[in-house]
Amino acid sequence: MQPIRTRLVVTVTTFGLLLAAALAVAPLLGSTPLSLARVFDRTIPFSDNTDAQIFFIARLPRVLTAALVGASLAAAGVLFQALLRNPLASPDTLGVSSGAALGAMLAITFHFNLSFAGVPPIPLASFAGSLGALAIVYALATARRRGLSTTVLLLGGVTMTSFFSALILFTQYLADFTDTFRSVRWLMGMLDVGGYTPILAVLPMLAIAFCMFATLPRALDLISLGADAAAARGVDVVREERLALVSASLATGAAVSISGPITFVGLIVPHLVRLLVGSDHRLVLPASMLFGAAFLIACDLVARTLFSPIEVPVGIVTAIIGGPFFLWLLVRARP
Amino acid sequence: MVLAVLGVTWSWPGSAPSAQTVTPNASPTRIISLVPSVSEMLFAIGEGRRLVGVSSYVSFPPEVSSIPKVGGLIDPDVERILVLRPDLVVLYATQIELVQRLDRAGIPHFSYVHRALPDITETLRAIGARIGVAARANAVATEMERSLAAIREATSRLPHPATLLVFSRDPASLRNVYASGGYGFLHDMLDVAGGANVFADVKRQRVQASSEMLLARRPEVIIELRYGDSAATADIPNELLVWNALASVPAVRNHRIHALVGDEFVVPGPRVVEATRKLANALHPGAFAR
Repeated sequence: MQPIRTRLVVTVTTFGLLLAAALAVAPLLGSTPLSLARVFDRTIPFSDNTDAQIFFIARLPRVLTAALVGASLAAAGVLFQALLRNPLASPDTLGVSSGAALGAMLAITFHFNLSFAGVPPIPLASFAGSLGALAIVYALATARRRGLSTTVLLLGGVTMTSFFSALILFTQYLADFTDTFRSVRWLMGMLDVGGYTPILAVLPMLAIAFCMFATLPRALDLISLGADAAAARGVDVVREERLALVSASLATGAAVSISGPITFVGLIVPHLVRLLVGSDHRLVLPASMLFGAAFLIACDLVARTLFSPIEVPVGIVTAIIGGPFFLWLLVRARP
Repeated sequence: MVLAVLGVTWSWPGSAPSAQTVTPNASPTRIISLVPSVSEMLFAIGEGRRLVGVSSYVSFPPEVSSIPKVGGLIDPDVERILVLRPDLVVLYATQIELVQRLDRAGIPHFSYVHRALPDITETLRAIGARIGVAARANAVATEMERSLAAIREATSRLPHPATLLVFSRDPASLRNVYASGGYGFLHDMLDVAGGANVFADVKRQRVQASSEMLLARRPEVIIELRYGDSAATADIPNELLVWNALASVPAVRNHRIHALVGDEFVVPGPRVVEATRKLANALHPGAFAR
């Protein structure tokens, strides 16, 4: 087998090229035909140039959001699957997504009017919700000093998800007619952010999470051999697990607050990537982030063009494309 | 007498075949309306006093405040409805479960379907005929049709600006923008008021408009409807500023963005005339007499 460094370069280059292709192509396609010459024509004032506005205000922020959200969810999926030693784990498993969703539902139903630094009330409330859920997850993880077992964390996550779901349904039940369908729509995922402010707002959180991710792969590989084996090799297991838990939850919360809960990316992308590059987290984590970004860009392209001018919610596209494809892959893959 | 019979069957739903044989009262006096627009129609015909129960989501006319509330489309309070001993229940055609329970209790009902503008006066005539005041209902309906025709006449020779009619969106952002598509009473009202719906080709009641579509459709006028909580809690002048992000849209450049406030825009009842007039005034400032 080639040394890890070579494999890392090959893997990152391959998946990086895939993402670069997605980033380059997606903004060119959409429900409206654009003239590229007009988009980049500096002689027309920007405020008169509809083509440029569609490109820079509608499409580019949307593609960048898809990339960030896709990368975050895929990375969170990798970490949760490793941490909980469970292939079914996903960014939604620990209730951070549902916490974010509850925040958004409350903001929609009760017409919160608070915006901060240009961030509108709904993403703001959603992020607050995810932080609340994160605090509970952290309390669970640090309870009894040495942290809880993966089984207890999983059960805690399922319980939190059910608990938040009940509150979400109750909030929707209290809502006005028109608010109800906006809140239902929010739960299907939406990447049309309409500008760069929402991206800039989540960028610091994602940057922190991504930096934490970078320190984790080696420890995760050792932990996956067993906590005792890892400890014997000098890994501070409890500390590394907490770091993974917090960073993955932070990335999930930030991503969901901007796009709504988008299912399937965090579940299938890590598995898909593992089938392609093996189980070494030093490869799986960066490759999943790059592939998750490209995958969500592609799904959103389908969402906004397939039945235009009617859009398909992107969370539905990820499930419809992702579900059958993943089943096919499971059947096809040799054990 | 009939009511007394029903009183027994209510306690034993499903066990009294006699309930099925009761002929519907041709002039019901204890009406429950789960449909706000039909409640308004009854008041417009002058028969509001026959209402013994209304939807929990109704606030017009002011007289409804003293009438018991019995839930709405998704949460009708069946027990309360039965206790009020109605001899007619006006409900949405989709409330199949409620229909079955009323049938079992032998309570007559009138189904309502939410559709286009001409269906409003049709419903008005139908409910009038059902409660035995056909002539009066017809007079009110005809007067509404005449007023709408007059608005159409007044705007027909004016230019019809490309118009985006927004009825819901997220606060402080252009996300989750819902606009009227090319079907339904909002689209028809816009048409009568002399506006060309930018989503006329999308034959649906509502369209979720992405930023790309908002830019590509280039509306010359943007009208935001605000009602209920979205009118009460929002800082509307500030809310309209978010449209400035789309500088190439003609409505933004020419400052033709209006917020129209009132529940009459979303209740397809007698007040659609007033709502259509307000739309026409916003679309044709000055040119259209009040």
